Amino acid sequence: MFGLDKKHTNLLLLVAALTMLAPFILNPFPEGSGMAQFNAGYPDLMQRFVIFGIFAIGFNILFGLTGYLSFGHAAFLGVGSYAAMWMMKLLTMNVIPAIAVSIVVAGLFSLLVGWISLRRSGIYFSILTLAFAQMSYALAYSVLTPITGGETGLQPKLQDPRILDGALEAGASPRANLFGLEMTSSFEWSVGSWLFTFNVGYYVAAVAMLLSFYMAIRIFNSPFGMMLRAIKSNQQRMNYTGLNSKPYTLAAFVVSGMYAGLAGGLMVAMDTQVGAERMFWTASGEVVLMTILGGAGTLIGPVLGAGMIKYMENIMSKINETILHQWFAFLPDGIENLLVAMVYPFIGKGWHLTLGLIFMLVVIFLPGGLVEGGQRIARLFKRKKPSSDTPDGKTTPAE
Amino acid sequence: MEAIILQILNGLDKGSAYALIALGLTLIFGTLGVVNFAHGALFMIGAFCAVTLSRLLQLSHTVIDDSQTDFLGNPLKVEVPYLYDIFGQSTGDAIIDWAVPISILFAIPVMIAIGVAMERGLIKHFYKRPHADQILVTFGLAIVLQEIIKYYYGANPIPTPAPDAFRGSFDFGAALGFDPNVIIYPYWRLVYFAFAALIIGGVFAFLQFTTFGMVVRAGMADRETVQLLGINIDKRFTLMFGLAAAVAGLAGVMYTPINSPNYHMGMDFLVLSFVVVVVGGMGSLPGAVLAGFLLGILESFASMREVLEFLPGLNQIIIYLVAIIILLTRPRGLMGRKGVMEE
Amino acid sequence: MGILEVKNVGKRFGGLQALGDVNLSVAENTVHAIIGPNGAGKSTLLNVLVGKLIPDTGSVMFDGKSVLGRKPYEINQMGISRVFQTPEIFGDLSVLENMLIPCFAKRDGAFTPNAFIDMFRDREIVERAEQMLEEMNMADARNDNAATMSRGNKRRLEIGMCLAQEPRLLLLDEPTAGMARADTNNTIDLLKQIKDERDITIAIIEHDMHVVFSLAERITVLAQGTPLVEDTPDKIKGHPKVREAYLGESQDAA
Repeated sequence: MFGLDKKHTNLLLLVAALTMLAPFILNPFPEGSGMAQFNAGYPDLMQRFVIFGIFAIGFNILFGLTGYLSFGHAAFLGVGSYAAMWMMKLLTMNVIPAIAVSIVVAGLFSLLVGWISLRRSGIYFSILTLAFAQMSYALAYSVLTPITGGETGLQPKLQDPRILDGALEAGASPRANLFGLEMTSSFEWSVGSWLFTFNVGYYVAAVAMLLSFYMAIRIFNSPFGMMLRAIKSNQQRMNYTGLNSKPYTLAAFVVSGMYAGLAGGLMVAMDTQVGAERMFWTASGEVVLMTILGGAGTLIGPVLGAGMIKYMENIMSKINETILHQWFAFLPDGIENLLVAMVYPFIGKGWHLTLGLIFMLVVIFLPGGLVEGGQRIARLFKRKKPSSDTPDGKTTPAE
Repeated sequence: MEAIILQILNGLDKGSAYALIALGLTLIFGTLGVVNFAHGALFMIGAFCAVTLSRLLQLSHTVIDDSQTDFLGNPLKVEVPYLYDIFGQSTGDAIIDWAVPISILFAIPVMIAIGVAMERGLIKHFYKRPHADQILVTFGLAIVLQEIIKYYYGANPIPTPAPDAFRGSFDFGAALGFDPNVIIYPYWRLVYFAFAALIIGGVFAFLQFTTFGMVVRAGMADRETVQLLGINIDKRFTLMFGLAAAVAGLAGVMYTPINSPNYHMGMDFLVLSFVVVVVGGMGSLPGAVLAGFLLGILESFASMREVLEFLPGLNQIIIYLVAIIILLTRPRGLMGRKGVMEE
Repeated sequence: MGILEVKNVGKRFGGLQALGDVNLSVAENTVHAIIGPNGAGKSTLLNVLVGKLIPDTGSVMFDGKSVLGRKPYEINQMGISRVFQTPEIFGDLSVLENMLIPCFAKRDGAFTPNAFIDMFRDREIVERAEQMLEEMNMADARNDNAATMSRGNKRRLEIGMCLAQEPRLLLLDEPTAGMARADTNNTIDLLKQIKDERDITIAIIEHDMHVVFSLAERITVLAQGTPLVEDTPDKIKGHPKVREAYLGESQDAA
């Protein structure tokens, strides 16, 4: 289906089912129950899952396939966001032109940055991309304030021209919409003590992610994707096989920049604001973490990594000391306090510490990320019943 | 002329910090071939050594002072540092006042221990792995280190003053025969520059004149050959890592009065220091020092009002801009050896 | 007029004259060996031929066109394929994928952004790659990871990948270096078979005299950056100059 083989069609359908049913899957616990804090089925978190999923899928096309480690991809996300914001200010609050322009502008910007940065490889490439991103960040904060809003960032204002939209009534605020359907509007459905929220913005972003994921599968299975993997494997042989590796890496760079732009555009479509901190190099570091954590060079890995990091960020930073005491309340007081004291540094505001530790452990022991971990566990089970071990007809990159 | 001198002076303290961090980075890269993204964290930990020591020195207990009373006539409770009990009040005060310089003694063993532990416990296992993996694992380590510091010291900058004797400013202009009050420069920054020069000189002398240094230099030039000679180079490289950590740490200790330390100062400096290393030439020690000072001074010139009027925002991007130009026109950096990671 | 004409090529590295004044003509459809003691300039010459080095003087013409100043991939697209001393293959990819890449390069050129076709549905290319694997006797290994193969098989795959591009000139850089005797003989047999079955010119740089005299129809002896003598293997064997410069010091290799 969709020009994919069976295995990849199944993968795509699985991801489609997961994203479409996310409001149910992420809300397994009834409201008001003790476990409700693990629910993640509310709109802005679900939006972040899929948007960062897109960002990581794109980053993976560059890093996972070619091995070029960019430390500046947040710049493309930021540029995409600014471009989308200006579309909303000048043209219309409809998200379609905003998103389209964010992809195009980020693509052009990544073409420029990539064209220069890709003259070098290895650590030099990483530092060049980092330098570009930091420059963009610094400029967005200072000189480019008329375009970027500087420290305050940008929001759509009532008096913006928006030539395609009718004038808003005084006091009304401009809202992002898809042909009139507002991004922030939600349909809530309560079943017993469960409450499920279906948010328009989330579904717009989810469809964008499914398209992105589908494109990534196509790229992975195409001759182009194979050439990118060949670059990572042996650039020398590439060149002596009559292939010019530069346009391949540049194309990969631009594609991943466009993915980042799409993610940036979607962010603006969801919350109609943008600030320069989106381009800071820690934001670039975050997408690196997501991709590695999930499994660089695999299809599903970046999506998993993005979901996991955003989930942890949200849930773990909500847990506080009181909640910990509730959890361990069944233990004798001394042990309870000791356990709480031991766990406390890793949760709440300390969740970055947990993230850093997990990341280090993954790089050290599981360079293939969660996907490799899953494969190892699957292999353990397979060893018990070897009959299920049928070789696949052809070799494809791991999922 | 005055303006030029002033900008050069202004660039010196940042330049010193860049140079010290970059020196350690390039030492590690040159000897161990490792790209250490956690080096900024070492600078930050050094700064927090100073914070820790000055807090330790001020540890106090409560004493009821009968000679003073509060407004109700009750005897006043006062906090008395333990140091007063040991050394008496005036010596105790002096020690507390000099907390930052004293921290040097405290930081050296701590930083060497941290550096050696890092190398033995983590970095060692990454010598044979790709540079990308080294960047990633040290990046993770940097996050962990800064989060630990944040947990214990909070997210806000902690003011850590210089000794009273260095709190004023020196009128450079008057000393050089210009009008007074034109070129004034805080004493502590002069101290910082002198300190950096001393450390840099010390490291170079150490590498130049000791057997240890000779082996390390030989190892930087050609690791395999030195190993063939039967010299246990790994052990020396471990110590080298400790030394690089100590240099970064001391740079951090002495930097605390200039900028109040916070948990993310390491990352802020790291990014720039990497750029400095690249501009100076990967694996070139003199290159790192030269580029550190050069970029520090360049940055301060770019912050002049006259320049900013003409090219707004230049001070924010000058270092990156120079790095991009250098990397594209002279990939091995100002003083890098030919063929060292030029690709 | 040979397919490859090297005229007055000189290359200097600092104080070292790596190539003095090299003149060499490789006739079409022959196997031409270039031998010489260590430091004779063999590798430098090879790197000039494939575009990795640009000589200071002289010209290199392939099929009437100059190769100088062209990038390695451009020279490859002109019809020169290179086999490396240590087999250079795509270790992370499967054997079949290794073979697909030169097939795409041959048909689609140096860069084609064909990102939206499934490479395994491109029957023309897949069949061609499978046929090449068949010819190399590697069809069974098609799904193996290329990095896990033995050195002899890696060499076989590398040669196969070069042949898949249907080059007019195949350059081999000490193809049996570091190989066990059995692997060396297999490689010799493979090269003989290639020479008999295909319209191809082979230029080979080799240390191992056994390999050279089993394959070469013409031999150039290089010493200190200049060709000493060029002749048929029989004549070379008895040539006093050659003995003096090369064979004399390594008779056991012959």
